[in-house]
Amino acid sequence: MADDQDILTMPRDQIAELQVQKLKRTLVHCYEDIDFYHKSFDEAGFDPYAFNSLDDLRKAPFVTKQDLRDGYPYQMVGVPRSKVREIHMSSGTTGVATVAAYTQSDLDNWADCFARSIEYADGGPDDVAQIAYGYGLFTGGLGAHYGMLRSGATVIPTSAGNTERQIRILRQMGTTILACTPSYAMHIADTAIGMGVDPAKDFHLRAGIHGAEAFSDNFRRELERKLDYKVLDIYGLTETGGPGLAVECLEQDGLHVAEDHFYVEVIDPATGKNLPDGEWGELVVTTLDREASPVVRYRTRDVTRILPGSCACGRTHRRIDRLHGRTDDMLIIRGVNVFPSQIENVMKAFDQVSSWYQIELTTKNYLDVVTLKAEVNPSFDIDDIGQIEGLQRRIQAALKAALSVGVRVKLVEPQSIPRSTGKAKRVIDLRKE
Amino acid sequence: MIDQITVFLENTEGRLAKLTRAISDAGVNMKALTIAESTDYGLVRIIVDDTDRCLEALAAADFRANRTEVSAIEVPNRPGGLADLLQILDDMDLNVEYGYCFSATDQKAVDVFKIQGDAAASRATFRIEEAGFRVLRQGDI
Repeated sequence: MADDQDILTMPRDQIAELQVQKLKRTLVHCYEDIDFYHKSFDEAGFDPYAFNSLDDLRKAPFVTKQDLRDGYPYQMVGVPRSKVREIHMSSGTTGVATVAAYTQSDLDNWADCFARSIEYADGGPDDVAQIAYGYGLFTGGLGAHYGMLRSGATVIPTSAGNTERQIRILRQMGTTILACTPSYAMHIADTAIGMGVDPAKDFHLRAGIHGAEAFSDNFRRELERKLDYKVLDIYGLTETGGPGLAVECLEQDGLHVAEDHFYVEVIDPATGKNLPDGEWGELVVTTLDREASPVVRYRTRDVTRILPGSCACGRTHRRIDRLHGRTDDMLIIRGVNVFPSQIENVMKAFDQVSSWYQIELTTKNYLDVVTLKAEVNPSFDIDDIGQIEGLQRRIQAALKAALSVGVRVKLVEPQSIPRSTGKAKRVIDLRKE
Repeated sequence: MIDQITVFLENTEGRLAKLTRAISDAGVNMKALTIAESTDYGLVRIIVDDTDRCLEALAAADFRANRTEVSAIEVPNRPGGLADLLQILDDMDLNVEYGYCFSATDQKAVDVFKIQGDAAASRATFRIEEAGFRVLRQGDI
């Protein structure tokens, strides 16, 4: 893929020029072919025909998940139905689903973007890729599938679930790359260990492509220790066309945005103003060449920042930091903003408990009560009540210091926190609205 | 010293029943059982005839169970029998973390103690035996 190599190391000014050219087409396409953008551009006084530099984009209005939902099913699709080759939908757990439609060209670009995860892991035809993301409307499974096929790897489409079979295939088929959510990778590792299999020895993994949920550096280290491979983060969302928007390289120092297909900004979620590189805020994404479901300034609700400076790997595409949570899974506890990832980072300092934990939010006398359930590890001496209570107190104190919120810690039995095959359910909110 | 199994149990309905069922399914016989509880969890301490097999069965059933060494001491069944024993420990400045009755007959009772610190426990065993009490070994169970 010589062309791709050139694109990935293109000088910054050439990338900007390419983005301006592609944006011109996208903005006019949106304005002319999708009623919603016609109306929203007009209302904001944004003239897509006058667009001439990346800064001009700041004058364009945002589009939100609600806008996309309101356009269900086909109003936000910018090509005739006969040109649509495939449709995916967001999980729709919070109401109406959002639709992501793909033309053949969109599918090709998607495969290119996802294939970069393999390229960044120095992979290709020598690899056997096991895809344990769920196949179906979820973009993870088929996105990985198309990307892996494009990269030349041998694809084993196990989909999610049936963990013992996953383990058997990992052992017997020489799988070198595992693509799934990070929590499912951990579940596979723990299940294997429970079966008496040592994944570090009995598997042949080189790399894990783990996206669709935020995970901490500590979680990554634990995965890498258990499975003896390199964990690479991949980012994307249904609304922007699925995973592959940004992919981590072996430096593990931020995710390279596919800047030949996407333009990203980081804004202050409260004011909508653009933030300088290095500052945390909400990621806003514009697609540069999507035909069927283009988005202009889509508000992702994901919190990250643009990493200043260049990456040691030599690729020139800008990097975003690992996700710091979402503006909409941010917990507000007694008025304090809490990211589940903050709690996870505190918990990882305690090797007496496992990496499975669950936060339960309830109310008592109109006040929020946070209970964190954690499973004690086998090495911990449970015969001593003083030790157990001391551990509870130390975890509580550490959480209080990190979050400025009192958390009740409850130690529970092993395996009593439900394991998931998809996204880990870390937070149970039982508070009355 | 003898083996005791400590099991960490959530304070929820049916857990103790499941625990004892798992032990009986493994063909293990319990000699003594005692429960220490808090609002959130309980610690169940058990002495069984086959510690290894019991631990294996509990791990397979996803119970968090540990092996702990405790002192099992024969005490004469008369007023002051236990007080005499504890006096020895007190004279040695040793702390007892917890204790419970293992078995009792007309002549004697066997009491189990967790003495703080492993070295202290073996020192205590020596003194207790020296004072004429019988300290049980694993083979006596």
